[in-house]
Amino acid sequence: MAEGLSWTVYDADTLTQAEIYGQVLCDLGKMRPDIVGLSADLAKSTKIGKFQDHFPDRFFNVGIAEQNLFGVAAGLAKSGLLPFVSTMAAFTAMRAAEQVRTDICYQNLNVKIIATHGGASFGQAGTTHHCTEDIAIMRSFANMTVIVPADGIETANAVKQCVNWPGPVYIRIGRGFEPRYYDSEEYGFQIGKAVELASGTDITLICCGITVFHAMEAAKILKENDGLSVRVLNMHTIKPLDTEAVLKAVTETRRVIVFEEHNLIGGLGSAVAEVIADNGKGCAFKRVGIPDCYCEVGYPEDLYTHYKLDADGVLETVREVMNMDFEEDEDWEDEV
Amino acid sequence: MALTKEELTLLADKAYQARRDVVDITGWSGGAHIGGGLSVVDMLIILYYKYMKVDPKNPGWEDRDRLILSKGHAGVAYAPVLARKGYFDFELLKGFNKFKSPFGMHLDGNKVRGVDASTGSLGHGLPIAVGMALGARLQKKSWMTYCILGDGECNEGSVWEAAMAAAHFKLTNLVTFVDRNKLMIDGATEEIMNLEPFADKWKAFGFIVREIDGHDFNALADAIEYAHAEKSGPVLILANTAKGKGVEFMENQVKWHYGGLDSELLESARNSLNKAYGRV
Repeated sequence: MAEGLSWTVYDADTLTQAEIYGQVLCDLGKMRPDIVGLSADLAKSTKIGKFQDHFPDRFFNVGIAEQNLFGVAAGLAKSGLLPFVSTMAAFTAMRAAEQVRTDICYQNLNVKIIATHGGASFGQAGTTHHCTEDIAIMRSFANMTVIVPADGIETANAVKQCVNWPGPVYIRIGRGFEPRYYDSEEYGFQIGKAVELASGTDITLICCGITVFHAMEAAKILKENDGLSVRVLNMHTIKPLDTEAVLKAVTETRRVIVFEEHNLIGGLGSAVAEVIADNGKGCAFKRVGIPDCYCEVGYPEDLYTHYKLDADGVLETVREVMNMDFEEDEDWEDEV
Repeated sequence: MALTKEELTLLADKAYQARRDVVDITGWSGGAHIGGGLSVVDMLIILYYKYMKVDPKNPGWEDRDRLILSKGHAGVAYAPVLARKGYFDFELLKGFNKFKSPFGMHLDGNKVRGVDASTGSLGHGLPIAVGMALGARLQKKSWMTYCILGDGECNEGSVWEAAMAAAHFKLTNLVTFVDRNKLMIDGATEEIMNLEPFADKWKAFGFIVREIDGHDFNALADAIEYAHAEKSGPVLILANTAKGKGVEFMENQVKWHYGGLDSELLESARNSLNKAYGRV
């Protein structure tokens, strides 16, 4: 938790994920006069508008112009201010990718980006408003930190901590109607450190964003019905990745599945696979996400079912992987 | 206010030196954006030697004026101007373009003292300058932000996004120049992508436009002082220039956007500059 900040998000039951972000940013704004807010005609949708209501002089709406949005943020950061920028993930990671990379990351500026409507969270809007590529894009930018919070509570933690985290940060959230997993902010959130939500020795599920909730639902059923000991890691920070937690899972459970609301190429699954391969490890491994296609249209819950990212999907994949035939090896140390 | 004779002499000397440096660096570095480097020199010189409040010994001085060279490919001119101003040793520029040098063709603000923003990708500078000007105003700082655009660069949509914002926010602490040398890589600006009526476009976006000869120090001084005094909206200084200015065989030649100089061409370029500035 950020130094000196210790309040609780009391209204988590009634506030959406994005609304919590708006509320937290307002609270931070009272303590930090250097915080400025920016949006591109999405102040209402992204809930950064709440900050605007409290601090109208410290908020800039640049109109529907995302390239300018991130350039202006770079200039404000260069002037010694701490910009928080919010627009949809698709227009951040793709429309303005070069401004984020060249103006913000290359110059290693202290700009915090809270991108909303990530993944398929605005599924009914169609492909133009889906964003299943942003994790791949953002984690390839040197200096960038990439966080995908599990819910509104974790968003609050991430937003609070990123204030004191150096350099550019990309926090990807949904549209704001996602289920809440956490009851309180007090669970030891730390940027760059995975949270072990369930301990287990048979298999590890590595998740970020909405898949955390669904994997935890599935883990309960797997324990009760299948007698499986399932480890669940909330890998909220994709970069820098908690490689230690990944390798520990490989060694201790020997089966790893990654669930994410992102194209299978380049996201959390890829990041985990890179760590396993780089360390000369092998294990039963599967990535579950959007299988290199443009996501279908529909309400998010239908899409999560379709792409096997909901609890039923997790159950199915876990059972499949548990039945996978792979060579058991008693001595994993020799494989490095 | 017209410049004094002494000021004009100083500025001409500095401009001559800068153009010599551009030619020399192009020679020893193997190649650089020499045409657009030579066209922008007089703007850089008058800013650094007449108007900008800066302290080369303290490049991070909080109250300094800022310059965003949006046409970042003119780094071959910007770097020697900064060196001669005292930001760093001119000898470091011997490494221009070379392995691990801080001096690529497009200067890196995190590596080169005095550079306020890393530029090079066109269309990025004005948005950053708008952010800086907003930042100054918000913090009640009196420093100015200057931004220099290329004319071909104004094909980029992001320039006009930022122009809209500069006018919307009435940024009178921002002075924007366009180095209007009328040439881009593939040909004349009006042949590749028509910009005219260029001044009218800026006016339509809410700028007050001063169109001048960008190589005339008195005209530049008048326009900059006009911009400082103007309080109704942002000012654009449309500076008509010649690409390759000062080197006769390069002037207004599209092929000299980027190039290298062998010893013969180098000698010829130096002689041409000496002739243009009446030096022997």
